[in-house]
Amino acid sequence: MNYHWNWRVFWEPAPNGTGNYLDMLLSGLVLTIETAICAWIIALVTGAVVGVLRTLPSKTASGFGFAYVEFFRNMPLLVQLFLWFFVLPELVPHSWGLWLKQLPNAPFYTAAIGIGLFMSARVAEQTRSGIGALPRGQKLAATALGLTTAQTYRYVLLPMAFRIILPPLTSEFLSTIKNTSVAITIGLVELTAEARAMQEFSFQVFEAFTAATVLYLMVNIVVVIAMRFVERGVAIPGYITGK
Amino acid sequence: MFANFDFDVIRRSLGYLFFDGMTFTLTLTSLATFGGIIFGTSIALMRLSGVWLLSRVAGLYVDLMRSLPLVLVIFWFYFLVPYIGQWLTGASRPIRVGAFASSLITFTIFEAAYFSEIMRAGIQSISKGQPAAAQALGLTYGQTMRYVVLPQAFRNMLPVLLTQTIVLFQDTSLVYVLSIPDFLGAASKVAQRDGRLVEMYLFSAAVYFAISCVASFGVRRLQARIAFVH
Repeated sequence: MNYHWNWRVFWEPAPNGTGNYLDMLLSGLVLTIETAICAWIIALVTGAVVGVLRTLPSKTASGFGFAYVEFFRNMPLLVQLFLWFFVLPELVPHSWGLWLKQLPNAPFYTAAIGIGLFMSARVAEQTRSGIGALPRGQKLAATALGLTTAQTYRYVLLPMAFRIILPPLTSEFLSTIKNTSVAITIGLVELTAEARAMQEFSFQVFEAFTAATVLYLMVNIVVVIAMRFVERGVAIPGYITGK
Repeated sequence: MFANFDFDVIRRSLGYLFFDGMTFTLTLTSLATFGGIIFGTSIALMRLSGVWLLSRVAGLYVDLMRSLPLVLVIFWFYFLVPYIGQWLTGASRPIRVGAFASSLITFTIFEAAYFSEIMRAGIQSISKGQPAAAQALGLTYGQTMRYVVLPQAFRNMLPVLLTQTIVLFQDTSLVYVLSIPDFLGAASKVAQRDGRLVEMYLFSAAVYFAISCVASFGVRRLQARIAFVH
């Protein structure tokens, strides 16, 4: 392979004038993490609500939940981001559209909301299956104790359901981090975009992508280890995931 | 809101969108699924082989692919494949690889990690008595896998494999980052040429939605039928 390796390229000054190439990649990493966390908060909150809706006895509520999940699951994330970024400002009243287009950091907000809603459909499915995995007696006992539906969910079903689905939620969070790279298409300068920019400026393709790969792997490992502690911390001794 | 919605731009570009774009997307999806399942099954077999080195290598491969964003992997292979080709053919300079070949290699290799996890679950779901009985009949390891274990594992996992194929179908839209005219890329080209972003993106969203909806409905029907047989 006659490729000219140069690992010292990371300490060479980057043309964007803010430091060397390593700084460039790290600032991309920070943006990746920020976007992923914002998107994840949206996904968790919306997903939990929709997941609960799907388990309610009301036909309207579960029908809405079903439609919501199908809507966000059956379109590629890239297309959804395009819809939020290019199409939405044209469909709302003119002044709002203008405001949306002039928003500073528009790619960031679009990515956070777009990826958040895309992931919320998956979180909703997990929440639903977590609630479905609980023995029927839990809900019946809560009703027998005179708890309202809201109280049943708040104090009985959700605390257990979320513990059950913690491992799949971890991998959904990892997907959220990975999905932020799709926002490269709407101009979000996250880690993959910075690696790509570094490749274009320095011509050191494989160094740039290797560094991005290593950074993504490190983020993955940190999240997996952190979630293992969370799992251990919230486990109820003697019950399901409790050891 | 939809007052100046131009349906004609969609009608005019239908031929390009479907004959060029959608053909690319569907060919890529089916070939990558085919290759991914074959490659993924071999990785699953490596992982379950009980040979320490083989299962470690397979495990590392799957973990690596699954912790990287697809967009990054697409870029990796776009630049790497010419060098691999040079190395394989012994050419003096990196060989030129077409857009289709590059994305096919990327998607096959990337999705194989996901397919291998599905096949691994499928193989592990086969009761121990099956391979034991096959061995008692004097079948070799290869024959046991070929005639006893894999057909059942494949059959049990068919709905999951097909669901993954729908995911793959949606993921192929990411070749957009290489400016390849798949369905979305074609729509986007027309959109930018004619300044009709709203029409083209809404239309392509509707097409992806319709295809994925019909496909996942089909998978659900199939799942119900398989569940009934058992």
